[in-house]
Amino acid sequence: MISALTNLYDGLGPVGQFALWSFVKIAALFGAVMTFVAYSVLAERKISAFIQDRVGPNRVALPLIGSIPIIGPFLTNLGVWQPLADGVKSFLKEDFTPSYVRKAYFWIAPAITFIPAFLVLAVIPFGSFLGEQKMVIADLNVGILFTFGIISLGVYGIVLAGYASNSKYPFLGGIRSSAQMISYEISMGLAVIPVFLIVGKLNLGEIILHQAQHGWLIFYAPISFVIFIVSAFAETNRLPFDLPESETELVAGYNTEYSSMKFALFFMGEYTNMIAASAMMVVLFFGGWTLPFGGLDQPAQPAEWLRGLAHIGIFVAKMLVFMVIFIWIRWMLPRFRYDQLMDLGWRRFLPLALINILITAVVLWLRS
Amino acid sequence: MIVERKKLNFWERLYLPAILGGIKVTARHFGRTLFKGKTAGKELSGGYYPEKKWTVAEGYRGAPYLVRDPEGNTKCVSCQLCEFVCPPKAIKITPPGPVMSNADRPNAEKMPKEFEINMLRCIFCGFCQEVCPEESIFLQKDYSLNGLSRSEMIYNKEKLLALGGVNNSPIFKWKQKAEEAKAQGIAP
Repeated sequence: MISALTNLYDGLGPVGQFALWSFVKIAALFGAVMTFVAYSVLAERKISAFIQDRVGPNRVALPLIGSIPIIGPFLTNLGVWQPLADGVKSFLKEDFTPSYVRKAYFWIAPAITFIPAFLVLAVIPFGSFLGEQKMVIADLNVGILFTFGIISLGVYGIVLAGYASNSKYPFLGGIRSSAQMISYEISMGLAVIPVFLIVGKLNLGEIILHQAQHGWLIFYAPISFVIFIVSAFAETNRLPFDLPESETELVAGYNTEYSSMKFALFFMGEYTNMIAASAMMVVLFFGGWTLPFGGLDQPAQPAEWLRGLAHIGIFVAKMLVFMVIFIWIRWMLPRFRYDQLMDLGWRRFLPLALINILITAVVLWLRS
Repeated sequence: MIVERKKLNFWERLYLPAILGGIKVTARHFGRTLFKGKTAGKELSGGYYPEKKWTVAEGYRGAPYLVRDPEGNTKCVSCQLCEFVCPPKAIKITPPGPVMSNADRPNAEKMPKEFEINMLRCIFCGFCQEVCPEESIFLQKDYSLNGLSRSEMIYNKEKLLALGGVNNSPIFKWKQKAEEAKAQGIAP
């Protein structure tokens, strides 16, 4: 049986094997990210509850596990099963399409929001090697350009949703989001240029290896990091920049008319964007899957499974720290006014990013 | 009133003090909830809803129920004022009609044949209680009314009386009339 499988595997040839492993990696990453999305929603609810002196979701219990003496109630109190209930709920809810919407765009908008969020993850190296497989789905030499290209597609979903809903609040949300995302896209793109000036390569894997040798880039380009993280908040429509949604002004912004799974797609898209942004920050500024001690800064050899797994663990841990920051900020800072948002984007960050590029370039020129 | 806007200095305009202040406040609350288990619900009312029921204040307008007088008689006389005044038309009274055969005691021939309140329609405004000349309907303290179907949420006379209980008002509006009628020998 096993020999038959090995024969089949060998028979695939290099292209077939590459396709097979890519498929396996895509499936694993998709599963992992969906789980992260589900549990970041839980984390968001729990953290917000704790900050606001509440208890958060603590009722959903599974029939068998819930009745194990100490562990069952503990897990229930933690709300571990809540994502299951939420998922089932969004599938079972009525998928209502209002009569006045522009149907084709209304249907396609959630997918256009959701898909780019996932496509970004394709180029992110989430580990070194596991066996002989490189832990990145697409090892592109223009990884960062791909990322920015794809991220900027995400805005179309929101704009289309606002337009297709054919009612005033989603429309306002869509307009705001297009203005906001385009503005911050520029500062974000300019903020990472110093990183590439320092490293000299666009491949995200190479950036990580450079950081393993020379130290994390946060110490070389702190201003870039500040601009990048603030722009990431704006790009993912998170507070304090959640103007497209702004519940208090626009009902729910662009997704007011959406229900059931279509709404869930917007929701998952937002959290996937957060995960992608966190992963980007880890890769660009915090050394990706490396740690500067314990020999964890070198890629794992084919036989070193444990080290390969440790690298993935390190990457996930770093990413989760940023997820918590994303979530925590939401319950800490109030929303910016629209003119403040534009002011910050165009009149503060854009010049700052340009000066940052200039300074980095000059310093690199003087040192060479 | 014109609020004086304080001129922000450079440090404040950097927005960092606001962020630091925010971290301080949120971290304090987070830690207090996580490690000491102090939540607003526990501090203020000693627990959360299904385990710890909310005790309503005097004068709370909960579900309207019919009441009996201390002698166990239905006080309602089917005047239908509440049905008339009810803004969402939640009350439906079936009067006894000319036959008046459903009285369970002497001098109670106006007792309603059926009295229904649709609790799904009721808005708990209290107009029925206000308008009732017999003081026979009161908004009581029930606030959690549930049912598995719409028909289950239409409460009939029997249920309303059972839930309403006895009203201990010392005024017996019709008792004297009944005694007079009895003395004259015209009581039914």
